[in-house]
Amino acid sequence: MAAEILALSIEHIELVLLTLGIAAAIGLPGAVVLARRVRWRRPVVGFVNIAQTVPSLAMFGFLLPLPLVGGIGKHTAVVALTLYALLPIVRNTLVGLLGVDAGVRESAVAMGMTPRQILWQVELPLAVPSIVAGLRLATVATIGTATIAAAIGGGGLGVFIFRGISMYDKWTVLAGAVPAAAMALAADEALGWVEHKLSVGAGK
Amino acid sequence: MDPILEIDGLSCRIGGREVLRQIDLTVAEGETVVLLGRSGSGKTTLLKCVNGMSPATEGEVRFEGQRAADWDLIRMRRRMGYVIQEGGLFPHWTVARNVGLVPRLEGRSEAATSRRVDELLESVGMPPGEFRGRYPRQLSGGQKQRVGIARALAGDPPLLLLDEPFAALDPITRFDLQRQFLELRQKLRKTALFVTHDVREALMLASRIVLLREGRVELAAAPAEFVAAESAEAQAFLGSLREPS
Repeated sequence: MAAEILALSIEHIELVLLTLGIAAAIGLPGAVVLARRVRWRRPVVGFVNIAQTVPSLAMFGFLLPLPLVGGIGKHTAVVALTLYALLPIVRNTLVGLLGVDAGVRESAVAMGMTPRQILWQVELPLAVPSIVAGLRLATVATIGTATIAAAIGGGGLGVFIFRGISMYDKWTVLAGAVPAAAMALAADEALGWVEHKLSVGAGK
Repeated sequence: MDPILEIDGLSCRIGGREVLRQIDLTVAEGETVVLLGRSGSGKTTLLKCVNGMSPATEGEVRFEGQRAADWDLIRMRRRMGYVIQEGGLFPHWTVARNVGLVPRLEGRSEAATSRRVDELLESVGMPPGEFRGRYPRQLSGGQKQRVGIARALAGDPPLLLLDEPFAALDPITRFDLQRQFLELRQKLRKTALFVTHDVREALMLASRIVLLREGRVELAAAPAEFVAAESAEAQAFLGSLREPS
């Protein structure tokens, strides 16, 4: 049992890291683009918002019949989890970038900084605490939601939970639920600490 | 004196509203031209038309003899120091890094930038030893404005643009900074375009006052002539001086 808990925990962590990696790789540059293009902002954030409201089991159901992203297995789970993780990442990054003081931005332009310099030296550093807060939300949510991935063969700690439910065995359920909860709490604490450190550094 | 800045028939429309109408203005080297006007008179927009942050719909701006349209915008802005009300300092940078912004953008060495920063902090009355490493949040309002002015001077720009730099300060600090601005001007012989709605400040700092009203130049006069001008708008501003405050 212990060996299986360890193996599934590692699989769970892989699932979460892969999801967050993809979501961040899409969400961070995406938010930077959205911060500059007002017209795209509403439809894109709206779509990401709607994705978030779809119940996770239903989401897996939607994705199963689709070509490329669908089917039974890990990749479908990662696609669904990524869709969920996008919202907090995109929204917090946007909030951080748009929250940069108008006077600060105006000075940056007036002092002759290029748009690229403004992004990398002013806007992104000032948005970092907000971005980390988004990553933190996404991480904690993904750790929890990833347990449902087992329903479509995604593996991870959800395997115990679904097995326990079908066997009416609460101990098996707990073998999945407790490590997942512990993982979520640990991630929340760790990223909360990083967030705090960065906020202090950014002068807030 | 050669004109540093020439503005010809400049108009600017923002969102259908005519903010500036047919502005003509020449600023000679060493002058401090104060743009005086009520809120919404177009003075800030005029400043932003000069450094290309607001696009002109008509007319032309020439800076150092060259049409603004022919300047590389980034290069031109680095030759115009810029100070706004709350200083606009970068909150995540120390005082030294803020002041050294333009020299660093211009690719000057760290050592040269550092020397320049110390020299400038000294000249705005902020001992570098004490203030270099501070963050803007650790400064008072007056200190922030001093740092803002030091930052604007750092690239040794031939023209300074100042948008109500002292408006948010308490009267004592404001007077202090105004006096220091005069001293600095004497020493550095800088040309400045200075926006304010405070006629007292205008009279104190200007070599020439340009009074704006609803986007037009109502009057351009030296302070001595300004106080005697018949313009109703000028009188309205001067009237505010006579009110006991």
